Amino acid sequence: MTTKVLEGTHAISWAVQRSRAAVIAAYPITPSSGVVELLAEMCADGRLDARFVAVESEHSALATCAGASQTGMRAFTATSSHGLLYMHEMLHWCVGARLPIVLANVNRAVGSPWNIFADQNDSLSQRDTGWLQYYCEDNQEVLDTIIQAYKVAERVLLPAMVCLDAFFLSHTSEPVSIPEPHEVDAYLPPFAPDYFLSPDEPHAFGGLSAADGYMELRARIDAAMRHAEQVAEEADEEFGRLFGRRHPLVETYKTDDADIVLVASGTVAGTAREVIDARRARGERVGLVKIHLFRPFPFTPIRRAVSGAKKIAIIDRNVSFGHGGIMASELRSAMCAHPLAPPIFSFIAGLGGRDITPQTIDDVVAHTIQQEQPEADTLWVGLKE
Amino acid sequence: MATVNYAIPSDEVMSPGHLGCAGCGATLSMRLALKALGRDTVLVVPACCWSVIDGPAPYSAAGVPLMHTPFASAAAAASGVRAALDLKGDTKTTVCAWAGDGGTFDIGIQALSAAAERNENILYICYDNEAYMNTGVQRSSATPLGAWTTTTPAKHVKDRPKKDLLAIMAAHGIPYAATATVAYPDDLLAKIRKALAIHGTRFIHLLAPCPPGWKIASEDVIRYARLAVASRVFPLVEVEDGRTWRMTVRPDPVPLEDYLRDQGRFRNLLNDADALERVRRSIDDRWTRLERTVRPPVDSPRTTHAHDSQ
Repeated sequence: MTTKVLEGTHAISWAVQRSRAAVIAAYPITPSSGVVELLAEMCADGRLDARFVAVESEHSALATCAGASQTGMRAFTATSSHGLLYMHEMLHWCVGARLPIVLANVNRAVGSPWNIFADQNDSLSQRDTGWLQYYCEDNQEVLDTIIQAYKVAERVLLPAMVCLDAFFLSHTSEPVSIPEPHEVDAYLPPFAPDYFLSPDEPHAFGGLSAADGYMELRARIDAAMRHAEQVAEEADEEFGRLFGRRHPLVETYKTDDADIVLVASGTVAGTAREVIDARRARGERVGLVKIHLFRPFPFTPIRRAVSGAKKIAIIDRNVSFGHGGIMASELRSAMCAHPLAPPIFSFIAGLGGRDITPQTIDDVVAHTIQQEQPEADTLWVGLKE
Repeated sequence: MATVNYAIPSDEVMSPGHLGCAGCGATLSMRLALKALGRDTVLVVPACCWSVIDGPAPYSAAGVPLMHTPFASAAAAASGVRAALDLKGDTKTTVCAWAGDGGTFDIGIQALSAAAERNENILYICYDNEAYMNTGVQRSSATPLGAWTTTTPAKHVKDRPKKDLLAIMAAHGIPYAATATVAYPDDLLAKIRKALAIHGTRFIHLLAPCPPGWKIASEDVIRYARLAVASRVFPLVEVEDGRTWRMTVRPDPVPLEDYLRDQGRFRNLLNDADALERVRRSIDDRWTRLERTVRPPVDSPRTTHAHDSQ
């Protein structure tokens, strides 16, 4: 185990190096470029035995990864915002082709207008492509999750996206513990798919499948995605045994007797812990639930985590126009069959990188305590007049 | 009885049972190409007629492993396959991107240009039927001047010449670029074999007539491919390192009208003297440019090339 002070982008690079990705294809975009800059360096100086393909677009980055993965080699790419959206067609394709590629996405706002700061709409708008999606709170979690993501993706044969907030993680340096190569090798076996492109067995991959077969293939993807929750749980358990760190799919913080449960993801969860501690110190029964795995949506752990609460407050750094916070709508769907579902206060905050300070979160909690029921379906936090 | 020394291998890599139309130039292109490519080949096929021709899963007519990939991505996906094979220690299997003109001239040109600039060790073959035939004959930038398609209807046929993709690819300085067609199989196979011996990005632009799209009879595919060459509409050339241009087949010229006549897509052209003149000028201009480029010059005494057997 080595400890280095790493910004989030470089925590990803180290995780990819330790995971022994073989083909890395990428196109630069702020704020994710640092990921592949370090990987290019590692490929050049021999720290990583991989091919670095500097493509001309994100669509080609993922297509190159698809070609490599379809040939049976571990592939990686990193992107952000418009880059992820430019991959949209390939995101779908990789799921249908069952290619366990891992992609790091730095959550950044989408234009117009131009904005390079933290916002989750880029990856959440790709929710239905069939990629596993993890959201991370700190750089250690980023590094660990990349390694876990390969393990889970290759078990269920679905690609996985690891998301982290622009600048708050991508460009913030924190001490990060990097496991030794042999330790990661013991955790993550080489990628060895049953089917891959090979002149020894000439098969076509992705050929026509009409109404007589397409639906069954989709059902299998759905089953694999649902199964991924258990696989991710096991992968985290094993990771904990080997490395002494856990990253629960749904993490609870001081929720046991909590009347008010705050739900958050990404770096907002880190800030929220401070607010919870402060209010706990005043004797208030408040707790935090952090959504780490978003796809597959961990219905059971989420229900378990919030079901004792009298009220739930959820903060979304994203919005589905005309519907509201995306994680809030997922949470509502998880709770709709709950016999005593507590009221859910849905807050939208921090879009385009606007700070979500301890005060912002404290205001959200205070509002939830004061109101009997949410006065609106969606509550925008700190909007200027 | 005279003995015919037939140079095309009788070994068939491609299987019967494909879904190509009767007389399909794209299907014949693949059948012939595979005779030179051989079984140690991985094909990467973006959206195009061949997405269908290869057959419904789990069947595949190609006889070699084939990766289907989205429209714009042939050259990028092929780069990934190449990288993966290399890392497995397999540097000898040919990775061949096999794309139509839409997937090459239009939506795929960005990825193709990038792969060529990186000099990826792939062979890219564009079978060109001069429009989006799989979707029902819509114009592409490979559609020739004066041609009817469903998006260049009779009252407004295509008013811009075909994109000169060979020149574009040659300008990348790739080690090998060539044109070929199904009517000259010896030339086609010789060019593929030559490409196989070269490392880096190799590009072949293969004219593949389409009976329903060109509105010609199935049995006339070879005749029109041959006339395309003889009428100077589709010269057969090769370019090494973007510098050395050579004409590989030089049949006796025939009038342009011989090529256009009886192709349904050019029906209106022959009755419009001005339009026909514009087409002729466009063909002549390109030929003149080519004459200045090829070595030895076109009008010098004809030299015999190893594969100039037609």
